[in-house]
Amino acid sequence: MLEIENLHVSVAGKKILDGLSLSVPAGQVAAIMGPNGSGKSTLSYVIAGRADYDVTEGSIRLGGVDLLDKTAAERAALGLFLVFQYPLEIPGVATMTFLKAALNAQRKMRDEAEMAIPDFMKRVREAAARLNIPQDMLKRPVNLGFSGGEKKRMEILQMALLEPRFAILDELDSGLDIDALRICADGVNALRSKERSLLVITHYQRLLDYIVPDVVHVMSEGKIVRSGGPELALELEKSGYADYASEAA
Amino acid sequence: MAAVQETVDKVKTLDVEAYKYGFSTDIASDKAPKGLNEDIVRFISAKKNEPDWLTQWRLDAFRRWLTMVEPTWARVHHSPIDYQDLYYYSAPKTAEGPRSLEDVDPELLRVYEKLGIPLREQEVLAGVQERRVAVDAVFDSVSVVTTFKEELGRAGVIFCPISEAVHTHPELVKKYLGSVVPVTDNFFATLNSAVFSDGSFVYVPPGVRCPMELSTYFRINEKNTGQFERTLIIADKGSYVSYLEGCTAPQRDENQLHAAVVELIALEDAEIKYSTVQNWYPGDAEGKGGIFNFVTKRGDCRGDRSKISWTQVETGSAITWKYPSCILRGESSRGEFYSIAISNGYQQVDSGTKMLHLGANTSSRVISKGIAAGHSQNTYRGQISAHRKAANARNFTQCDSLLIGNKCGAHTVPYIEAKNATATFEHEATTSKISDDQLFYVMQRGLSAEEATALIVNGFVRDVLQQLPMEFAVEAQKLIAISLEGSVG
Repeated sequence: MLEIENLHVSVAGKKILDGLSLSVPAGQVAAIMGPNGSGKSTLSYVIAGRADYDVTEGSIRLGGVDLLDKTAAERAALGLFLVFQYPLEIPGVATMTFLKAALNAQRKMRDEAEMAIPDFMKRVREAAARLNIPQDMLKRPVNLGFSGGEKKRMEILQMALLEPRFAILDELDSGLDIDALRICADGVNALRSKERSLLVITHYQRLLDYIVPDVVHVMSEGKIVRSGGPELALELEKSGYADYASEAA
Repeated sequence: MAAVQETVDKVKTLDVEAYKYGFSTDIASDKAPKGLNEDIVRFISAKKNEPDWLTQWRLDAFRRWLTMVEPTWARVHHSPIDYQDLYYYSAPKTAEGPRSLEDVDPELLRVYEKLGIPLREQEVLAGVQERRVAVDAVFDSVSVVTTFKEELGRAGVIFCPISEAVHTHPELVKKYLGSVVPVTDNFFATLNSAVFSDGSFVYVPPGVRCPMELSTYFRINEKNTGQFERTLIIADKGSYVSYLEGCTAPQRDENQLHAAVVELIALEDAEIKYSTVQNWYPGDAEGKGGIFNFVTKRGDCRGDRSKISWTQVETGSAITWKYPSCILRGESSRGEFYSIAISNGYQQVDSGTKMLHLGANTSSRVISKGIAAGHSQNTYRGQISAHRKAANARNFTQCDSLLIGNKCGAHTVPYIEAKNATATFEHEATTSKISDDQLFYVMQRGLSAEEATALIVNGFVRDVLQQLPMEFAVEAQKLIAISLEGSVG
């Protein structure tokens, strides 16, 4: 599904990713763990197509399609979704309006017809109910004045609605208390399927108790330094990242 | 409203590079020679068979104008205007006002078709829509087609070109013309008073709620012709009227001067709602050739409990100099100003309002949203004042600016003056920038850079859009997207 080969990325002249390679097959839930500054967030931004990142070498493919010459919007239409660590506020734009604009923009790029309003409303309401999001929240401006937990639930709602085939979860657990984390994780788990891959980026092992990965990759200084099963996360929880920092250096 | 909707649709189908309305037509025009002197003023007056008092009124204005100098306090810069190098009168060949559409020059109708204004479909327009829209189309200087007069007539509403009202309702024109914006008011208003071409006249009798939105499309067509519209709207006691104004203009090299005057008078318990969508040629990619728009718009809440509300969406013109204002004379009268001013490219906007509280218990509300993109400069300039007698005057002003990119500027210049200690004036202002994070977030959900910008901007201006008549609001929203094309990426 996702194939990254020898990716080198700099920001303002500083090298952040240094020959990173990663393969995530369809249906796999892969976790990336690593210390602060290892390049985890940069990796998620580069995959999603944020500007200001200088890709000097390497390739990123999604379902065989080269992503690097595509805009963020085109990548979204190809089925790529990023759960933001810090979702942005958009004053004056009702959440419902935003959801509809996003869904229809993607459908348009895929040459699909706009979704009929009743179908759209039904889908949003059902997804909102599953995530314990009150209907009133959908009328409020996007993320404006939402608590950390509400913002993250709204991210998962968008994911459920847009049905990506590849989703990146960037520090889903940051800013969440244990109850909110459980609701979000349940929402994500409900979206696991044979066709959909997930890349779960996290600093702490805790999240992986709720979203159990198939594989765990350890990232340090801009590349993957070790890969293993879920047990690797537990090991990291005990030993910390110190070993890997020195190994990469 | 189908008319403007079609214009917008038309625009969307066209190339962004070339200005969509950039064309001129070949209708032979009947024009006065270039330049301005007393003879030209007399010529204009004679062309319209005006009564002596009006000719004299124009001449007084002209003589006054000769003693005045152009104001320079606004934050706009332009090459000097040579007032002797302009034409001050031009009229389409069909001098006699046509009785029906069949009598209208077909070339003219084709221009309107190009603009997407379905004059031909006016009957359909009437039948299809629940709320009817009457269109008094101004082509250059003479109003060519006036519709719905009969139905308005049944309600007792007078809606006609002001040149016609001078003859049919001289007592009203004489009583109110220049009573809100006196001939001595300012350089551009005085010039307008001397040479005004035509415009709309509206009178709503006591207790009448105007049965439809009144609408005018202005369009500049003749080369080098300054446009000097004059609009006069009177809402008699207890009446209500909503007036919509929208503009487009063709592309050309020379700068075009526009100096309109709009006067509104609301008597006791009357309400006037005046909405503008202004989309005049803003100039080319280097900022050359756009319209210079120096407009004086003022409303007089003359009667107690009267209300005047200005709503404007300003997207065009190279230079905008415009301060729709309210004189709150009647006790408990109310003034409102809702504005969206968007500047892109090399546009310069200096716009705002004045709320002059003269009477007791008067209130006003100002919501201004300025959006600057490209290399543009966008200034809000507002004056709120309370006279000594304006006990308990209240104003709330909210003034928000949004910057797109890093080569534009937004400026806020409030003047606040209270001579009565019981007045309560509140002023809130914010300046923000569309952040790269915000854009990326929206784009990650599937919207292109331009769609994402339009979405964020539409959110920013939502408070004001809600004040527009609904059909107008939908169009304005699309116009905002069109105006910002090329501002990101």
